[in-house]
Amino acid sequence: MTVVQAPRRDDRTPAVPPRPTFRQRLSKWDVKFSPYVYIAPFFVVFGLVGLFPLLYTAYVSLYDWEIGDDEPPFVGFDNYVQLFGDGQFWNAVGNTLSIFVLSSGPQVVIAVLLAALLNTRLRGPTGWRIGILLPYAASLVAIGIIFANLFGNQYGLLNSILEMFGIDRIDWQAGTLSSHVAIATMVNWRWTGYNALIVLAAMQAIPKEINEAAVVDGAGPVRRFISVTLPLLRPTLIFVVITSTIGGLQIFTEPKLFDVGQGSNNGGSSNQFQTVTLYMYQQGFENFDLGYASAIAWVLFLLIVVIALVNFLITRRLAATEGGRR
Amino acid sequence: MRNRPRRTLTLTTILATTALLAGACGSSGSGEPADSGGPIELTIATFGEFGYEELLREYQTIHPNIKVTERKTGKAGPHHQNLIAKLGAGSGLADIEAIEEGHLSNVLDKASRFNDLSQIGPADAGADRWLPWKYEAAKSKDGKLIGYGTDSGPLAMCYRKDLLEAANMPSDPQSVKALFSTWETYFQAGQEYVQKSGGKPWFDSAAQNFNAMVNQQEVGYLDRNDKLTLDNNAGIKKAWDQVTAAVGQGQSAKLTAFSNEWNSGFKEGAFATKSCPAWMIGVIKEQSGPDNAGKWAVTDAFPGGGGNWGGSYLSVPTQTKHPKEAAELAAWLTAPEQQLKAFEAKGTFPSQVKALESPRLAAQTEPFFAGEPKIGELFAAQARKIAQPQYKGPGDGQIQENVSTPALQAVEQGTAPAQGWQQLVDGAKKIVG
Repeated sequence: MTVVQAPRRDDRTPAVPPRPTFRQRLSKWDVKFSPYVYIAPFFVVFGLVGLFPLLYTAYVSLYDWEIGDDEPPFVGFDNYVQLFGDGQFWNAVGNTLSIFVLSSGPQVVIAVLLAALLNTRLRGPTGWRIGILLPYAASLVAIGIIFANLFGNQYGLLNSILEMFGIDRIDWQAGTLSSHVAIATMVNWRWTGYNALIVLAAMQAIPKEINEAAVVDGAGPVRRFISVTLPLLRPTLIFVVITSTIGGLQIFTEPKLFDVGQGSNNGGSSNQFQTVTLYMYQQGFENFDLGYASAIAWVLFLLIVVIALVNFLITRRLAATEGGRR
Repeated sequence: MRNRPRRTLTLTTILATTALLAGACGSSGSGEPADSGGPIELTIATFGEFGYEELLREYQTIHPNIKVTERKTGKAGPHHQNLIAKLGAGSGLADIEAIEEGHLSNVLDKASRFNDLSQIGPADAGADRWLPWKYEAAKSKDGKLIGYGTDSGPLAMCYRKDLLEAANMPSDPQSVKALFSTWETYFQAGQEYVQKSGGKPWFDSAAQNFNAMVNQQEVGYLDRNDKLTLDNNAGIKKAWDQVTAAVGQGQSAKLTAFSNEWNSGFKEGAFATKSCPAWMIGVIKEQSGPDNAGKWAVTDAFPGGGGNWGGSYLSVPTQTKHPKEAAELAAWLTAPEQQLKAFEAKGTFPSQVKALESPRLAAQTEPFFAGEPKIGELFAAQARKIAQPQYKGPGDGQIQENVSTPALQAVEQGTAPAQGWQQLVDGAKKIVG
């Protein structure tokens, strides 16, 4: 082929530069447009499963839209007005924040302490690290069912233990605080190990010299932990706090499985542990009030954006002060 | 030639993108087009156990031109969620959809999306096939019949013979009938039992009795204009006061039905009586375990007359391409002979007059229960006691499941009855309003 082609090419070169051939134009288009095509899959998929549902939810939230309605009536912001006057919604917001504080607070503290323990010289460190990560690998639904059983009122293991020590049984599902504590325990059991490993990684990145210098200055282990380790962990801690904020505000499976009524979305007999997502699910897929559920979804979205923004500002400020110190 | 590989790559990318788009958009394919030549394909969507496997095989041998596929869902909740969602979407439903009694009011609200079976169904599936209350309940306000009745759940009373004996109370099926004749005598007997047994509970949970009591009222949560009646429904208020008073006397074991604790309650003998639809016999047997064989008994009495809890219908949505064939299959499946076979396969208690008269049904006994009662005959008698059905408006099922049951649970957890009633009224207004 080359032997035949070579002379042909020589024949053509002296001629006047012709109109760009089809192939040349194609190559020009290629350079111009293919980058867009390469990144298109992400944007197409994001548009389909991210942006479109978000905007469509906003659209649905302006209608009194029940599943199966042929022509849902347009109601403007009525759903939002109703939502802001809805006691059950504010109750759900309160429950969500309460469970979030009860879970994220202890979780971060225990995770840091666990990481500090794992950072000391242990026999078989990998075994320990995998060990604390195991709850994270367990199925959430299985955890939910097991914990709901442990916290059972009459035949639950925890109440039997309390009784053994002569303490009164606690009807975990009945009370507001007791149910929040029980659900937070479930969340903590699952997530503490995961967070501890992230903190541990950050701890091991702290240069040895700083600690050694502190030892030379005569600081004990506790002083070194408080004055050296903790300040250097700050960015990591903020990451851990933000991720658990997002997860905590969307908590759903734990409260749903904790209810004694199977498959119930009520969050207890008087909604004492109904979270925002649970309430949204109930409105949308149990009462089939899609318009109202969409309004809840949007308010929840904005709530998370606001809290994430606050966290972002805190992060930036902390980063700035650290830079200043250096 | 240098360009070739890159061009191929670009083409691949475009192809991949198109494929992705097509994959994301093209998942909503509806049923196969009507084909006059080949066999007619029908689908039937059920939940739990209807006992139709053998029957469908039989139907296909009788009708070689018809091919039937059964789509089974484990639980009733997801099945109906799917049903309502796809009614809304306008496509994706099976040719025959099963509907459970508790969800019937929501479906009747959308009756325009179902075929009127009294119009398109075969002549032998007339009103006289079923007990009147079963047939009437599936009629929409404008008189369309949207479902053929399958099974039913006539109520009787189950009780722990040994526990009643231990409390020196009557315990054989004949003498306990007096205790279970009205709700007054039932709760009186409960008070007596609590005292004589040293504080043991009488029933499993308040909601289990309250739901039956509400169903016995002439007018339920909603009247025929779909208006909430709670503000002036003396019957429901009286039932509430009776049940919550009984809770105050310690008659309730406070075990929410179908929870894990409720299951354990059967093994522990946590309560002495249980409102007992026909299908509850199987639940009691399974949850109590072989250790408790012979301790439970059942009697053909129920406070305030009879009642029904559970049972289903087969409907033909207008989405189907073969309404006539689907209606024929649904009519055949719900005929007395087939329902008896389903009963023998999975214990779904019939609602058809002829099936209830059948000697095969009457001969059915239950060795797990004390005295091996003839439960077929017993529940058939209870089914005949049921009066005309109460009208159930849209949202009725949700009020029972999500409002009145949790409100009674709250009372059992220590909320004052008056406050619990307020919770019930407010919650119901929210659902209906």
